[in-house]
Amino acid sequence: MSHSVRAAPPVPASPEQPVRPRSSIGNRLLVRPEVGALVAALVIFVFFLAAAPAFRSAESFFTVLYQASTIGIVAVGVGLLMIGGEFDLSAGVITTSAGLVSSMFCWWFGVNLWIGALLSLIFCLFVGFVNGWLVMRTGIPSFLITLGTFFVLQGANLGVTKLVTGSVTSPDISGIDGYDSLGAIFSSSFKAGPVTVWITVIWWVLFVAVATWILTRARVGNWVYAVGGAPDSARAVGVPVVRTKIGLFMAVSFLGWFVGMHTLFRFNTLQAGNGVGNEFLYIIAAVVGGTLLTGGFGNAAGVAIGAFIFGMTNLGIVYAGWDPNWFKAFLGVMLLLAVLVNLYIKKMATARRTA
Amino acid sequence: MTLIEMSGVGKSYGAVSALHDVSLSVHAGEVTCVLGDNGAGKSTLIKIMSGLHPHSCGVMTVDGSPATFASPREALDRGIATVYQDLAVVPLMEVWRNFFLGAELTAGTFPLSGFLSGMKIKDMKRIADEELRKMGIIVNDINQPIGTLSGGQRQCVAIARAVYFGARVLILDEPTAALGVKQSGVVLKYVAAARDAGLGVVFITHNPHHAYLVGDHFIILKLGAAVLDKPRAEVTLDELTTQMAGGEELAELSHELGR
Repeated sequence: MSHSVRAAPPVPASPEQPVRPRSSIGNRLLVRPEVGALVAALVIFVFFLAAAPAFRSAESFFTVLYQASTIGIVAVGVGLLMIGGEFDLSAGVITTSAGLVSSMFCWWFGVNLWIGALLSLIFCLFVGFVNGWLVMRTGIPSFLITLGTFFVLQGANLGVTKLVTGSVTSPDISGIDGYDSLGAIFSSSFKAGPVTVWITVIWWVLFVAVATWILTRARVGNWVYAVGGAPDSARAVGVPVVRTKIGLFMAVSFLGWFVGMHTLFRFNTLQAGNGVGNEFLYIIAAVVGGTLLTGGFGNAAGVAIGAFIFGMTNLGIVYAGWDPNWFKAFLGVMLLLAVLVNLYIKKMATARRTA
Repeated sequence: MTLIEMSGVGKSYGAVSALHDVSLSVHAGEVTCVLGDNGAGKSTLIKIMSGLHPHSCGVMTVDGSPATFASPREALDRGIATVYQDLAVVPLMEVWRNFFLGAELTAGTFPLSGFLSGMKIKDMKRIADEELRKMGIIVNDINQPIGTLSGGQRQCVAIARAVYFGARVLILDEPTAALGVKQSGVVLKYVAAARDAGLGVVFITHNPHHAYLVGDHFIILKLGAAVLDKPRAEVTLDELTTQMAGGEELAELSHELGR
């Protein structure tokens, strides 16, 4: 969003055109979508610094960033999609589908992994297209359409893997051509002083930057907010609503493919049942980051902070030596708080500010 | 200067005649008010001018040459813009984004072209603010969500937008119908501002008081035909009000009720 906190030039007063008082900077900060998440992130950060001694190192900070990036990359897409007014429940399981398509194709036919990665990309974009096309064509809520895709992919992941390999684990790809070059792109890490930086963190920052640019500065960003906020009005002024929404579904499946490739090249083999449940983590990251469930409001930085909170608590609980099972309960509380804060912010944002 | 001239224009939907033999002219710098009860044919008249339905008889000329519009786009290309009651704004988006929605100013070179092209945000904000000021609308902040404006102000932004994107004829469909007294006043001021800017305004309403405040010419429709067609000099507010309230029918009714 492009709210700016600098003062606009003073409005010349004239008797016929009353000058209205400007809203305070505090008020204007409040209506920025990511402010709530930023405050929460700081509180949680300080909390774990105090509670978990192991948390207090640069090393563990970068581990948190890595953890956050594996959720955050797809969450960027899910956030954009939610700003555009739609959901994608198949976003978690498609990461596994992406890896399985790639690894099993290359293993079965004995071809270079680059071909598998490309094929998998086409497959994922196609799934995204079908999601978007069905939603726009039928008018059925995306929640239901993508719930369908979610189950189709989940079943197919297990079924096809069993047919091909005889088990629910995909074959090891580390001996196939192209492993090293693709591994460098998707799943390498390097040392920077004492810390290990995973390349997904770099990619995550890049994707967040691109999404921010699109939302704030690109023409299509204007359309994303419009199709989420008031699709009928958007159509009436000539915004290509159908193309914009289908594009958003495809962006989510592209990022799902990206994380799928990372998981594949990190572990060389995949469990066909994995990925289920991650779709909710993406949605939680987006909502905690200030994205409105009903569309039309949010930004990429907020979603990134939401993912960072996820990474922090996920590891913080372990570092503090607590039972990790509490993690889910914590996420639930965060989600509920975020929804309440968002509701309040939306009210603030649309409350009449006329004197 | 006559922008639109309609003579003997009619429209039938199958066997039903929704509008017959209506004559009307829209002049630059004047407000033509079209009044009428529900079902009087106001909407049909707008639809002919804004290009949603072509007329079935009579002649409509735009800038002196006969015209029949096949789509709203054709009407827009001739400078005829319609602001409907539902405002076509997105409440959570900033005022400047709404102002340019669907017609963003872009500066893009490949590969950042087309839908990915960057917007000229500074220009867009400046122009939106300038155009709104021309209409006398001063917003706190061009970056505030348009949902924070009142219904009347939003209507005015829609008008300013139509003016900026080249409208010469502005058709306003019941702009004050959903508004309170104070907000209606705001909208009427901007109707007058559009008129003073040299636009031909067609103001559709069922409120004779609002019409009389800004109108230069009045047409009252009843059952698809014009029952009154007079310039301001020849008509009084009482006459408009009586006609709108039912005119002779009302007199008859009052006689029958005998109180």
